[in-house]
Amino acid sequence: MKIGQELIQTKQLSFEYIRRDDDGNAEGVTRAVDNVTLNVEKGEFIAILGANGSGKSTLAKHINAILYPTEGKVYVDGEDTSVEENIISIRQKAGMVFQNPDNQIIGNVVEEDVGFGPENMGVPTKEIWERVDEALKTLGIEEFRKHSPNKLSGGQKQRVAIAGVVAMHPQCIILDESTAMLDPKGRKEVIRAARALNDVEKITIILITHYMEEVIYADRVLVMDKGRLVMQGTPKQVFSMVEELESYRLSVPQVTILAHELRKAGLPLPEGILTEDELLHELQKIR
Amino acid sequence: MSIILNHVNYIYGKDTPLEIKALDDICLTINDGDFIGLIGHTGSGKSTLVQHLNGLLKANNGEILYNGRDIYDGDYNLVKHRFKVGLVFQYPEHQLFEENVFKDVCFGPLNMGLDKKEAELRAFTALREVQLETEYYYVSPFDLSGGQKRRVAIAGVLAMKPDVLILDEQTAGLDPKGRDEILDLISELHKSGKTIILVSHSMEDVANYVNRIVVMNKGRIMMDDIPSKVFARYRELETMSLAAPQVTYIMQRLYEAGFDVDTSVTTVDEAKRSILSVVRPGEFYGA
Amino acid sequence: MLKDITLGQYYQTRSSLHSLDPRTKLIGVLIYLISLFLFNRIGAYVVALIFLAYVIKTSRVPFSFMIKGMKSIVFLLFITVIFNLFLTAGNVVFVIWKFSITDQGIRVAVFTVIRLTFLIIGASVLTLTTTPNNLTDGMEDLMKPLGVFKVPVHEIAMMMSIALRFIPILMEETDKIMKAQQARGADFEHGGPIKRAKSLVPILVPLFVSAFRRANDLAMAMEARCYRGGEGRTKMKPLKYKKADYIAYIILAVYVAAIIFAGRFAPI
Repeated sequence: MKIGQELIQTKQLSFEYIRRDDDGNAEGVTRAVDNVTLNVEKGEFIAILGANGSGKSTLAKHINAILYPTEGKVYVDGEDTSVEENIISIRQKAGMVFQNPDNQIIGNVVEEDVGFGPENMGVPTKEIWERVDEALKTLGIEEFRKHSPNKLSGGQKQRVAIAGVVAMHPQCIILDESTAMLDPKGRKEVIRAARALNDVEKITIILITHYMEEVIYADRVLVMDKGRLVMQGTPKQVFSMVEELESYRLSVPQVTILAHELRKAGLPLPEGILTEDELLHELQKIR
Repeated sequence: MSIILNHVNYIYGKDTPLEIKALDDICLTINDGDFIGLIGHTGSGKSTLVQHLNGLLKANNGEILYNGRDIYDGDYNLVKHRFKVGLVFQYPEHQLFEENVFKDVCFGPLNMGLDKKEAELRAFTALREVQLETEYYYVSPFDLSGGQKRRVAIAGVLAMKPDVLILDEQTAGLDPKGRDEILDLISELHKSGKTIILVSHSMEDVANYVNRIVVMNKGRIMMDDIPSKVFARYRELETMSLAAPQVTYIMQRLYEAGFDVDTSVTTVDEAKRSILSVVRPGEFYGA
Repeated sequence: MLKDITLGQYYQTRSSLHSLDPRTKLIGVLIYLISLFLFNRIGAYVVALIFLAYVIKTSRVPFSFMIKGMKSIVFLLFITVIFNLFLTAGNVVFVIWKFSITDQGIRVAVFTVIRLTFLIIGASVLTLTTTPNNLTDGMEDLMKPLGVFKVPVHEIAMMMSIALRFIPILMEETDKIMKAQQARGADFEHGGPIKRAKSLVPILVPLFVSAFRRANDLAMAMEARCYRGGEGRTKMKPLKYKKADYIAYIILAVYVAAIIFAGRFAPI
């Protein structure tokens, strides 16, 4: 199903920053990302899970060349992010959507915001319009194209932000906790959009979140804790380790916990049940 | 001791073309010792409602009685009322301003006109109640983690010793563990004798804690009942962009598939017991 | 309270004035303002009034809506009238207590009121019919020659546009912060000036912290979307004069000719 070609590679990536006290004196060094080696293939849907402060956002900002490694390397489509000349090309290939919907929309009108990226890239006017039209359509927000972003709901704003990235024709979109500030409805809108981009447009998605129910459709789930990559596997594999996840300040969806608890109580259920359908099916088997 | 709302109406932007009926004929009684989950999606009017309870917004018509006194009476002191009915807003960032945590928590008590000693005493008590580690008492509130900031914000209101504590959307942006910790804390405050109103858009968050759920939609109260009764109306909840906790759906599906489970359960633990009683009754009662 | 100010607000509707190039409108307003101050004859103001009435009608913005925005500046007008009325030399018409009112004073006061009113209505027609973005684009383009003198024209325009986007967000945030502090018993209305100034600290600190965080986030978001200043940037909506703009310039020229004529030769 997937094309086996590496789009993003991090090699022993570490990122450190210096902590300072109130007077600006160095207090110590924090290793926000610690020796992370990671490969993302073209067309993959990857989810990176982690509690607050686990380093998942810091890792994400390396892929878009907003941050540069203290040690190690990051390659996007073969280009080294630490080489100055590559930056614009990398940012175009790996687009980023951030957490706060208000703080990433630049335009005063939806369509103008979507056109902001292509404008920066120097795309000719006529093509900007084509790209904007297409991006608005892909995200299903054509009806708001003339609106002020301030009038939109959180989920709609985030879709505008995603459209702004889509208009840059990226190969990969990183959603950096883009659902954290949204209500359940908004979260669903964003996740649905991300899945559609992956399915239909074949855009590689890196979803960073701590909402477990959002990652069950990912091809691969990575778990971070204290800057390290601590778990990796399919959602099923990762979610079968309920206790381990809890030790990283994470939880699993209710259906997974329920199945896990039933299993512990002696029912012959498999580990890593992710959906209501699966649980129903398994219970019917043992009735 | 209670708050009674009697046909309360509130209109945003009255007499302008953008008139919005934010509260539509609200009648509600909040009893002493209640632990209420006030649920609704964004824009349902739940935040507007709680701002009426502590007198920050004034109803266009209708009356609000606190312990039998009409809070809109000319000689009723609304500022003092706010000390009795404490409201913690969604973003701690909107209220933290002092140079250190301790001073910030003193802000409320000092506004009450208490002397410095008494204010500090209350601040200490409040900070202990929210279980913030003492090492953070003299740290700048801006240097705290999301969960810690929230604790300090809650302490800032607790220090005024309110009888009723209203908490607006306290779990947004926290990781699962952080979310559980805050909810556990709130639950303990309830046990210590406070009336609690927890505003949220997530049923799953409040299901384990509250003893009463009030559902709002389009400025109206749609449901007001114990959690299991509210969740049983999950189809109606969906029309309001809300959802019952996942266990409700699981139990419903199992029931429809012929399992004789109790569909009124609200937590994973109850669901587990109910399923075990049906699937393997002997073993369950034996254990 | 702040919501009542219509000055500087955009009024959404379709009109030929709305669809004009912002540069045409900016130049038009500029010429109109200059014309108001060049002449001292009532005849000239009649011409200016006719032109203004014509423009308002073409804009399709309800006149009542425009006037609502004027309320906030009535006080300013009043002060100007008082000063002009009492402090202009000339033939005394009548005396109130120690102040004398002169015929010249009345004339100047009336002219000033007319000028300021026309000026403000004229300027608000511009903002009512032009989106802030369009306005910034127009200004950027008109200021382009200043780039020769190393004026960072693109950056100024970008800053204006971002400010426009964030002003409503920060206003809303201020409201929320005020409420959060009021919920802790903060009092912004009572006490002397020092106490009141002090009471602003709990609002301003969170507001500034938030504004800086937003600025930081925004800078990062712009960088992530390949922003690197005005160089090499193309435009989604480049400004282009259309037929309507040329017609507008002709109408403007007719107005200028008419007001010069009236300003010179009108009997009063």
